[in-house]
Amino acid sequence: MSTISITVNGKQKSGDAQGNTLLVDFLRSELKMTGTHVGCDTSQCGACVVHVNGESVKSCSVFASACDGATVTTIEGMANDDGSLGVIQAAFQEQHGLQCGFCTPGMVMSIAEMLKNNPQPTEAEIREGLKGNICRCTGYHNIVKAAQSAAAALAGAAQAAE
Amino acid sequence: MAKDSGIGAAVKRREDARFLKGRGRYTDDMNRPNQTYAYILRSWSAHATLNSVDTEAASAAPGVVRVFTGKDIEEAGLGGVPCGWEITDKHGEKMKEPPHPILAIGKVRHVGDPIAVVVAENYQQARDAAEMIDVDMTDLPAVVDMRTAETIGSAVHDEATDNLCYDWELGDGEAADKAFAEAAHITTLELINNRLVANPMEPRCAIGDYDEDADHYTLYTTSQNPHVIRLLMGAFVLSIPEHKLRVYAPDVGGGFGTKIFHYAEEAFVTWASAQLKRPVKWTSDRSEAFISDAHGRDHVTKAELAMDAEGKFLALRADTRANMGAYLSTFAPSIPTWLHGTLLAGQYLTPAVHVRVRAMFTNTVPVDAYRGAGRPEATYLLERIINKAAQEMGMDQAELRRKNFIRSFPYATPVALEYDTGDYDATLDAVMEMADYKGFEARKAESASRGKLRGIGLSCYIEACGIAPSSLVGSLGARAGLYEAATIRVNPTGSVTVMTGSHSHGQGHETTFAQVVSDALGIPADQIEIVHGDTDKIPFGMGTYGSRSLAVGGSAIVKAVDKVVAKGKKIAAHLLEAAESDIVFEDGHYKVAGTDKAKAFAEVSLAAYVPHNYPIEEIEPGLEETAFYDPKNFTYPAGSYLCEVEVDPETGKVEIVALSASDDFGNVVNPMIVEGQVHGGLAQGIGQAMLENATYDEHGQLVAGSYMDYAMPLAVDLPSFNVETAEGTPCTHNPLGVKGCGEAGAIGSPPAVVNAVVDALKDYGVDHIDMPVTPLRVWTTIQNASVKQAAE
Amino acid sequence: MYSFDYTKPTDLSAAVDSLGTEGAQAMGGGQTLIPVLKQRLSQPSILVDLSGIESLKGIRRMGDMLVIGAGTTHGAVAGSSDVSGAIAGLTELAGKIGDPQVRNRGTIGGSLANNDPAACYPSAALALGATIETNKREIAADDFFQGLYATALEEGEVITAVKFPIPVASTYQKFEQPASRFSLTSVFLAKMADGSVRVGVTGAGADGVFRHAGLEQALSANFAASAVDGVEVSAEGMSNDLHATPEFRANLVKVMTKRAVEALS
Repeated sequence: MSTISITVNGKQKSGDAQGNTLLVDFLRSELKMTGTHVGCDTSQCGACVVHVNGESVKSCSVFASACDGATVTTIEGMANDDGSLGVIQAAFQEQHGLQCGFCTPGMVMSIAEMLKNNPQPTEAEIREGLKGNICRCTGYHNIVKAAQSAAAALAGAAQAAE
Repeated sequence: MAKDSGIGAAVKRREDARFLKGRGRYTDDMNRPNQTYAYILRSWSAHATLNSVDTEAASAAPGVVRVFTGKDIEEAGLGGVPCGWEITDKHGEKMKEPPHPILAIGKVRHVGDPIAVVVAENYQQARDAAEMIDVDMTDLPAVVDMRTAETIGSAVHDEATDNLCYDWELGDGEAADKAFAEAAHITTLELINNRLVANPMEPRCAIGDYDEDADHYTLYTTSQNPHVIRLLMGAFVLSIPEHKLRVYAPDVGGGFGTKIFHYAEEAFVTWASAQLKRPVKWTSDRSEAFISDAHGRDHVTKAELAMDAEGKFLALRADTRANMGAYLSTFAPSIPTWLHGTLLAGQYLTPAVHVRVRAMFTNTVPVDAYRGAGRPEATYLLERIINKAAQEMGMDQAELRRKNFIRSFPYATPVALEYDTGDYDATLDAVMEMADYKGFEARKAESASRGKLRGIGLSCYIEACGIAPSSLVGSLGARAGLYEAATIRVNPTGSVTVMTGSHSHGQGHETTFAQVVSDALGIPADQIEIVHGDTDKIPFGMGTYGSRSLAVGGSAIVKAVDKVVAKGKKIAAHLLEAAESDIVFEDGHYKVAGTDKAKAFAEVSLAAYVPHNYPIEEIEPGLEETAFYDPKNFTYPAGSYLCEVEVDPETGKVEIVALSASDDFGNVVNPMIVEGQVHGGLAQGIGQAMLENATYDEHGQLVAGSYMDYAMPLAVDLPSFNVETAEGTPCTHNPLGVKGCGEAGAIGSPPAVVNAVVDALKDYGVDHIDMPVTPLRVWTTIQNASVKQAAE
Repeated sequence: MYSFDYTKPTDLSAAVDSLGTEGAQAMGGGQTLIPVLKQRLSQPSILVDLSGIESLKGIRRMGDMLVIGAGTTHGAVAGSSDVSGAIAGLTELAGKIGDPQVRNRGTIGGSLANNDPAACYPSAALALGATIETNKREIAADDFFQGLYATALEEGEVITAVKFPIPVASTYQKFEQPASRFSLTSVFLAKMADGSVRVGVTGAGADGVFRHAGLEQALSANFAASAVDGVEVSAEGMSNDLHATPEFRANLVKVMTKRAVEALS
């Protein structure tokens, strides 16, 4: 057992972790941040995707100890400072990109990285970029639309800022 | 102009914000003070005698609170997991209904059958200790293949030595036989409806919490119908009366049928929490889900269609074996019978239909309802054999269907249903237009120029939804009523709390039900709160399945609203000094007809709670009404789907290039949500057709037991869909005129996909291929067909 | 998972020291190993996470060789202009491994050391005639892969880098297993500077990754898709599972090879 410290969504957090404690379990059990979900045990469903040092990872496939000192962003950190939905979150609501909501945190986190690396993805690129995320409710149709809509909104915001 | 609120408006979902911020509250997100953790040791053998289970070492392991086995369950005298539907077979005999103990007693019957449960201070300790349990088993021959189950000489249950649960039939066999004898053309088809695993993304979870001081139990669980769990578990398993048992299903991460059923784990944690005087939590992992969540489908069928020379259907015969798995899950016996056999008329005027269903016990995970439940199996059978018939007779697939459409309603089918309304030409016309059916040959030629085989496949489905009239299902063997309940609580200042028995786990009820109430009461939706999922808050409920939430649950809400308005009129009449018969309620106001005298809804509500000036002799204060709605008939959503595929003949890979869907759901409350439901259904249907297959080997091991081998549809596997909801023929017998939309996509799409693949391969002489149409299967089919063609 | 200790050394010698512990297990990105641990299929005493060792990361061009540090992630390889400018097939391959999250963590060293029969990288290492550099020695790819999950690595031996000769042209044609999305049968094809053509096949062989001599000879003589037609690819020695028969895999070897040739033509 060791104590590890992680900056989560801008806040310094620390807690106890065993050698085999996964980041997702540390977030959910130790830090009581339950927005990140576990949907499989073979590292495929992506319900647990968070960002570690700016890169998306499956938090079920990373040890908490490996993240000691790291900066982590979870779904709880994706809203605007005033609590309103962030651009990608708002696009999900607007396009009805979620139903039961269980895969949604991972979807949002994956798309956030996708749009950072490729601000104007094609539909095929979006679908390929969601290869690590399984949704059983939406058939992905509206998730793809949400990603497109978020891309457009982010581009608009970038233009306005110039 | 599109509406922005109320019925018909594409209102954005109010539940989204909490999910998008990571603030959904799912069962596994909850923890109780002083909680323990359960790990279940499950059988690795498909069929074995359980000689002994030695828990001594495990009991002494670090952190272990207690280890339970079947012996503890037996000694406590607990009931088994009950079955909620009794089928009477064709000889008038009741189905075989062997016991289903919470933990295995004497025998294990499928891989995943629970043998023992370790309860410990944490999950890791429970799992570590489970490895110390010494289980002595003697393997027995596994019964896996339904086709040989009767003769294999190994019985899953002593109560059914031939592994036959029931042999059921429906329809006029003699009339069908006569029609076959006179037919100009007979098409036969043997097909398999592949076994599926529902795979909601949230694995199941249950927390039992016994309050010793109050002698009260709470079960937190991932359920589509908490009241049904309270009823089944309380009455049949643990003997806990309803007032001592609360079942709460908070946010649930998808269900698709597999969270309807009462599972042994729910009963175990509830019971164990009282034994230990501590809360007990069990969370399934995905591997465990594959061998403990009820599976779906799994039929083997021989079908025959008799036609006259012009292609008019004369009769249909179907002989199906349906897999029940090792035990009868909650609704399992009803799925291949009353939800399958009754659908075999489809959209067609087939005068005689006969169906025989033999339900088989096997050493596999129990099989029960999965999105569509019986209706996808019926639709697949019918829509496949029609396409094979069209292929054999050289007719266009759409034309053959049109020749046989039902066009006059109400229509009594030869398999016990009465369709109230429909317009099958309308959805077929629409989908052919949407998919540019006429332009297909040109697209096929273009594909051919790239070495690809293009095919187009049609499917015209009907389903019976809005399950269902209680008196009818009671006569068919259901052990519960299938009404729905709702309470409308008008608060003193005029806001409204709606308690509904329809659980929402992705369907968006919190939004759509508020739209319905907002329209009915003329108040803004933000004045309305929808409460569901908690037996302590909701009067009663039968839950969410069978596309019934709006048709049945929504109707109950409307009925309760009607009662509120009726009482409000009495109060308003008093306040307005008018006759009650002169009061009309419109736009949120009680008005005296023909005058400008009116009281707002909130004013009347306040008067009900501050009854100073009130007809107290005549009516009680307060404004809260409950209604139970029992439907008069099923609802009959229907539609037409066209799928276009491109097959790579060198690799067997199938790509869906287009999928168009035209559905008639009657009236639509929220078109955005309805389309989303269709999208999801389509993806699951395409998953069944192309990817998913819960394959067992001959020893009863689930070979496709994780996402490494069970192929879930990903975004890359699917196209964007072309979905339109037709103007629609409103349901004639419920107050909203709605039919239900949750299952349509999963019902209509599998035959459309397979028909398209067969169409693409028809030049090889291929006339059938089983699901899923994997690269291996398509390539092998092409190879075999090529060899056959070369030999001819 | 079973209990184990965890260490994340920042230099190689400390890692090698830790790996000297009885029951120690090295981990690259953990994208294959962690799922295995979760299934309790492995029980290390101590897990030595190599991802903190900066010296194992990085991509550099050395003359006619491209050297990729063992700790370099698939994502870094896929996004590297040094790689795409030198060995386009490697860019394609790395970009097709798993999904974006796996590519952000998984490493080339981890993939080669694990030698999963359906992994992508081993086919490239074989087809390009790579040299596997370890803390002890250099091993030719042809000698490195020794059957399913088996390699020439000894106890305590850690891959430090992989040296790829730069070919004239290369491509990776992946055909995915429908569920896991690993390779069902995939082909890495390289046209080398000496005119030879090398064909690495992953996902197909019952003994893991292999080169196909018949295809290499035919394509070295005549670099055309039609040359593949005349080659007999036997189903013998191909693996058999839910998703593909040996015959189907043998077919895919030819089809993917033809597509590779077409992609380079």
